[in-house]
Amino acid sequence: MSLLVKQKDIVVPGEVLADSIDYLPGAHTYRLNNAIIAKRVGLVDIEGRAVKLIPVSGRYLPKVGDKIIVKIVDITMSGWMTNINSAYSAMLNSKDIMRFVRKGEDLTRYYDVGDYLCVKIFNVTSQNLVDITMKEPGLNKLNGGRVIYINPQKVPRVIGKMGSMIMMIKDKTKCLINVGQNGVVWIKGPAPEAEFAAVSAIKKVEDEAHLEGLTERMTAFLDKECAHLHGLKIEQPQEEEQQPQSFQHYQQGREE
Amino acid sequence: MVYKKRIDGRALDELRPIEAKAGVIKNADGSAYFKIGKTVSYAAVYGPRELHPKFLQNPKTGLLRCYYNMMPFSGVGDRVRPGGSRRSKEISMVIQKALEPVLELQDYPNAVVDVFIELSQTDAGSRCAAICAAAIALADAGIPMRDMVSAIAVGKVDDKIVADLNYDEEAYEDGPVADIPVAVLHNTKEITLLQMDGEISKDELLRALEVAKHATEKIATIQFAALKEKYAVQR
Amino acid sequence: MHKELRKYIVSLLDKGKRSDGRALDQYRQPVSVTYGVSETAEGSAQVQIGDTIVMAGVKLSIEKPFPDTPEQGGIAVNVELYPLSSPDFEPGPPGIYAVELARVVDRGIRESKAIDMKKLCIEKGEKAWTVGIDIVTINDAGNLFDACSLAAMAALKNTVFPKYEDGELNYKEKTKKKLQLYKEPTSVTIYKIGKSYIVDPNMDESHVYDARLTVASTADGMLSALQKGGEMPLTSHDINVMIDLAIQKANFLREKL
Repeated sequence: MSLLVKQKDIVVPGEVLADSIDYLPGAHTYRLNNAIIAKRVGLVDIEGRAVKLIPVSGRYLPKVGDKIIVKIVDITMSGWMTNINSAYSAMLNSKDIMRFVRKGEDLTRYYDVGDYLCVKIFNVTSQNLVDITMKEPGLNKLNGGRVIYINPQKVPRVIGKMGSMIMMIKDKTKCLINVGQNGVVWIKGPAPEAEFAAVSAIKKVEDEAHLEGLTERMTAFLDKECAHLHGLKIEQPQEEEQQPQSFQHYQQGREE
Repeated sequence: MVYKKRIDGRALDELRPIEAKAGVIKNADGSAYFKIGKTVSYAAVYGPRELHPKFLQNPKTGLLRCYYNMMPFSGVGDRVRPGGSRRSKEISMVIQKALEPVLELQDYPNAVVDVFIELSQTDAGSRCAAICAAAIALADAGIPMRDMVSAIAVGKVDDKIVADLNYDEEAYEDGPVADIPVAVLHNTKEITLLQMDGEISKDELLRALEVAKHATEKIATIQFAALKEKYAVQR
Repeated sequence: MHKELRKYIVSLLDKGKRSDGRALDQYRQPVSVTYGVSETAEGSAQVQIGDTIVMAGVKLSIEKPFPDTPEQGGIAVNVELYPLSSPDFEPGPPGIYAVELARVVDRGIRESKAIDMKKLCIEKGEKAWTVGIDIVTINDAGNLFDACSLAAMAALKNTVFPKYEDGELNYKEKTKKKLQLYKEPTSVTIYKIGKSYIVDPNMDESHVYDARLTVASTADGMLSALQKGGEMPLTSHDINVMIDLAIQKANFLREKL
């Protein structure tokens, strides 16, 4: 048995995970002579002969297809520059939003500096320049509420299998919650106590993501924290962004 | 004259007591506290993040920047004037060179990983404590690292090869002294920091390097434990 | 920049609530003081307020007194906002924020006569002790005014003189002689947002406040320093209320020393 660790062990950079060529180096590991060595602090995940790691820390790196929450920091000739909670920023071109923007129009009519948007990444260059779009259902400006930042590596846990964890938090706290892959989370609730409960719950998942029995603990935690929220009505989602007035206008916009 | 017993009674290859903790500065992407004897070091990593000014950016890879600084009240004698010195600039550079070989920054073109190290009290071995803290902090921040880096000051006091010199040994006046900070990689035992201050023969130096390799093994174990402890605790 | 956030915070405050569940006059938890965190300092302390952590260290040195006060020693306060403590700080000399912090802490201590400058004199016109207080940030989560001045006070309380014999100063040997403090000036900063007055703002609140007033007071209710900050003006009524609140909370902080 030359596998020196087991599933879900916490390992650290430089730690030897396996000592034979029978095993293959998966994500965040590498081979040195016969050994497989960890390159990150992470949880061991063994799939057949591949030994890979699920990192527990690390800043967000943009990936095509990721749905993220961004903040507008500047307005250019062609669109909006946004902060995506990464070393890299993302550009939202005015042709990539649901509304039709005429040439030379004042872009702040649509989105202004300081606004939070839910967007999708459709292009990442070799230099990590990022293009984002809002031309898909479910992508819109986030009005009101509050924004918190969590460890992007914990996002899958906060969302849960098939969204189960985040659904439970939304149900119990009666809040609208939007979790971006980039670790930005938007929360809007019917009252500050509800939002506070949602924030506490999300931070708890973040803290304990790597430990066993989290789902049971979260159920108990939420039951206790939300006991006093009974009288509140669930927050309703805002209206989807207005579709273009006419198809013709929309076509014109695309051709320009 | 012969150095019979170490000033503080330790065995020749014995290290001072060490304490290490990961994740001590919440704002940072990764951080650590490393204490060896009376030398205490804090390290914080911010990155990868945007690098300014733009002309410093490297489109092929991320960059590493290290800053070593002593808090004004951390010197053994007088107050240390803030703002750094030629000494702290040099130490910042050798710390950076000690860590660079293990980091994989190609996934972060045009970005920078900043490492800030502050010493709150010193008793020799500060650059080595700084490297140990920085290595833990970099791992804590999720920067890909091929190996753990551990550092210790070995040397010669009079006729004895010793590990982990304290201030009094560095300042020993009754015989020749050599102060040799060394950083060693855990798996390959390659050396990424080597400086020498004093007088020593080549053979003695090579013996001292072997002592350093053993000493840093013990330190790496402590660094590993500090990182794992952060995630083992049930809250 | 923060229009929406300010509206949100003001609406909460109007209902007597804060986004983190605290009362308007409540400090974050924990508020703690740890003494002796640096053995090389003549006196030192670490203060924690919520997630904000700062460290202060005192170094005593012997200097020539100023010509106009030949029988007095000196105090010097310096604040370093370390890039280690926040992604917003850059390496380099102290900016205006650090300078303001240092000078406000300095005035609070100096003007309260907490230290008897004449007792610091060793030889009239030739030698006197200078008390150098350095405060550094380890993690900045807001409210540095209160944290820095509490840390400075705690470090002073922890200070002992180094051995000074026959004109030789030996830092490695400490005496049992403590630096005598006659008062314990404590700073509290009150922030005005809309019509409400709060203490110890969280990060959101610190981005939307209208004005702030830092008040240093001693246990007898005397004020030893004032500093107004923020972009909006204050009325006399505001100042009246804020000072009362600051004196009250100063007693809370002083208990932690």
